[in-house]
Amino acid sequence: MDTLLLSRIQFGANISFHILFPTITIALGWVLLWFKLRYNATGDFKWMEAYRFWVKVFALSFALGVVSGITMSFQFGTNWPGFMETVGNVAGPLLAYEVLTAFFLEAGFLGIMLFGFSRVPGWLHTFATFLVAFGTTLSAFWILVLNSWMHTPAGFELRDGVVHATDWLAIIFNPSMPYRLAHMLLASGLTVAFLIAGISALRLLFGDRSRSVAATLRFGAVMGAVLIPVQIFVGDMHGLNTLEHQPAKVAAMEGHWEQYPDGEGVPLVLFAVPNAETRDNDYEVKIPHLGSLVLTHSWDGTIPALDEFVAEDGTVTHPPVAPVFYSFRIMVATGVAMLLLSWTAVALMARRRGPDGARWSVEALPRWVLYAFVAMALSGWLAVLAGWYTTEIGRQPWLVHGVLSTAQAVAEVPAPMVLSTLVAYLAVYAVLTGAYVAVLVYLAWTATHGKSLPTRGGTADPVERAVETGARPGATTPAE
Amino acid sequence: MAEILADPALWLPLTFAGLMGLSILIYVVLDGFDLGVGLLFPFADEAEKDRMVASIGPFWDANETWLVMAVGLLLVAFPVAHGAILTTLYLPVAVMLVGLILRGVAFEFRVKAPERYKRGWNAAFFAGSALTSLSQGFMLGMYIMGLEVTLATLAFSAVTAVFLTVGYSFIGAAWLIGKTEGALQDKAVEWAQGGIWGLLLGIGAISVASPLVSARIFERWFSWPEILWLSPLPLLSAALLVALWAALRRLPSDDDRGAWVPFSCGTGLFVLAFFGMAYSFYPYVVPERLTIFEAASAPESLMIILVGAIVVMPMIAAYTVLAYVVFRGKATELRYD
Repeated sequence: MDTLLLSRIQFGANISFHILFPTITIALGWVLLWFKLRYNATGDFKWMEAYRFWVKVFALSFALGVVSGITMSFQFGTNWPGFMETVGNVAGPLLAYEVLTAFFLEAGFLGIMLFGFSRVPGWLHTFATFLVAFGTTLSAFWILVLNSWMHTPAGFELRDGVVHATDWLAIIFNPSMPYRLAHMLLASGLTVAFLIAGISALRLLFGDRSRSVAATLRFGAVMGAVLIPVQIFVGDMHGLNTLEHQPAKVAAMEGHWEQYPDGEGVPLVLFAVPNAETRDNDYEVKIPHLGSLVLTHSWDGTIPALDEFVAEDGTVTHPPVAPVFYSFRIMVATGVAMLLLSWTAVALMARRRGPDGARWSVEALPRWVLYAFVAMALSGWLAVLAGWYTTEIGRQPWLVHGVLSTAQAVAEVPAPMVLSTLVAYLAVYAVLTGAYVAVLVYLAWTATHGKSLPTRGGTADPVERAVETGARPGATTPAE
Repeated sequence: MAEILADPALWLPLTFAGLMGLSILIYVVLDGFDLGVGLLFPFADEAEKDRMVASIGPFWDANETWLVMAVGLLLVAFPVAHGAILTTLYLPVAVMLVGLILRGVAFEFRVKAPERYKRGWNAAFFAGSALTSLSQGFMLGMYIMGLEVTLATLAFSAVTAVFLTVGYSFIGAAWLIGKTEGALQDKAVEWAQGGIWGLLLGIGAISVASPLVSARIFERWFSWPEILWLSPLPLLSAALLVALWAALRRLPSDDDRGAWVPFSCGTGLFVLAFFGMAYSFYPYVVPERLTIFEAASAPESLMIILVGAIVVMPMIAAYTVLAYVVFRGKATELRYD
């Protein structure tokens, strides 16, 4: 394999591993703030118990996000020097603002958020939680501004082959930014909703009957059920935006090789095996006109076909079709599964009563729903990765659409060197991903079986007892 | 001076070189001590390891952010240099990144994974700290040698790799003297006493070898009258080493007085070594090839970053101080409640 392909795989591997963890921390920060605010408002210790469990997941995810993010900041220089040489005047300030405004904010207050509960006043702990959540979101904002600009560049001019910024507002609010940002933040919310529901369901199956687990399972299921229709709506708008600015990507997503006769519109290809040799789909299953309805909101509207992105001399300027086509379908299928499960769970909780006659009881959920939530605990990761592959592979052969091609930016590092470091990264990532998931399960197990973690107090802890009764710690109960 | 201030194409690169240098210096001191704590892991028993991690737990993440800041400034202010330097240092950078990953995750995994894996994650924490320190020292050596790959420069870089690691261990031990008490503090004093000889040897060896291997640095250091401006650096360094030696002899003290003297002196040595380094390279960002003025981004892009930096830097300083104040005093067990 050549340096270009290896470098692309390496960058893809690094950013895929990295995105797993910010996807969790962006939304989990806000969820933790919600738990803390619920505790402040109600004094019910089940919320503090939820906070304590999930802040550990947050700390773990944050650490993985930080160290894999440092890798990213070096990769620009080691593998893609042409990127900063050409578009550094735009990318530089955006990345600088991310570090200055977001990274230091998160890092500065993380210590207080994690370990400061008994060291600082309650309001400062809540405020630190807010600032960490705000910092992670701000970081997502800046990085998505840059990423969107690479898809739909605006507000610049080329002088001697180097990009110079002319209008910073146009750069920041470039055409695809609002859609991409909303789509990603919602994806983070959904990832966290299903992670919380999945781990809570796991604890329930382990035999954890605490009120805190019931609360977080209900929370995750409702959060998923609320966000998924919004996400489908925003995703559709993002798709239309892509159709306007990067039609070749949409054509690849749809497996739309050539234009159909007038009046037939565009079908929706449910499944197929795209064939780059014959430039057609094998084993195609399609629904006539549905593609037109989804993409043009009309019965026989058309969209550009892949054949329109082949130059006279045969040079292909559209992305490779198969990976974009498949990953798009994986993302959509995952979204549909999320919709079915979360709505089923919410409907069951709303209609049935639990054994104690209470509405919205998780006891009303049949076991198969719990198993389904466990199976879907990491479904957000799958959808996020599939979505990113759709949009990023869909940008090829461009690195910055219409400005800089991927091949122009790559470093002339010897291929064996890229390969050896790639193997090292992959080995580390495989071990760490496995360890991360194993630790999530282990945290759920120890939380259920009361085996105290090194960071938690024993059963004599007034907090632990308060959790059982739902009272504030210090309030004496007659039973004692 | 006036003509420099009048021309943004001159003072902006200078300002950003200064900011980048400051970030590197802050990084080397701050992550230096927490990398050093990791390097000292094999010498500590299990309970001491927990306490050592507790002494850096609330800080390490913010400390590492300064590395992102430094490489980020190189990336955004001197994009051409960023590519030139990092493609040459491809392998040591990759080693460092793997080291940083191992270390960062071991922090979390060693207390969250089942007890039986703790030894393994402790080992990963040490290995990650060692890989990071060694590769940073190696890169420092390659940079001093002008990023040329010959047998002599590789040998020199191997030496700087070892001595930067010794330097980090020293400042790590000095941090522990301030943050711990009892038997662990006694041990930390011993570690620092051992480290001081390594420090002396390291600064000496690098100071002697640099001008011998590099004609450019020889020229820089030993030409008249520049040698006059440079003379305070070795003199102050010698004074700090003597002060360190004297302080360490008196530690641990009964009332814990002077517990922060070794860390302060160690920081002073790092600062002096840094200025010596900066002096040797100015105005080059890629030694002998690219000056900061040639490598700088467009002035209008630098300006917009500078505005942000001026607004945000005081805030960063404020909440960094807040974190150190909240977690001041001797390290206690890290608890989420």
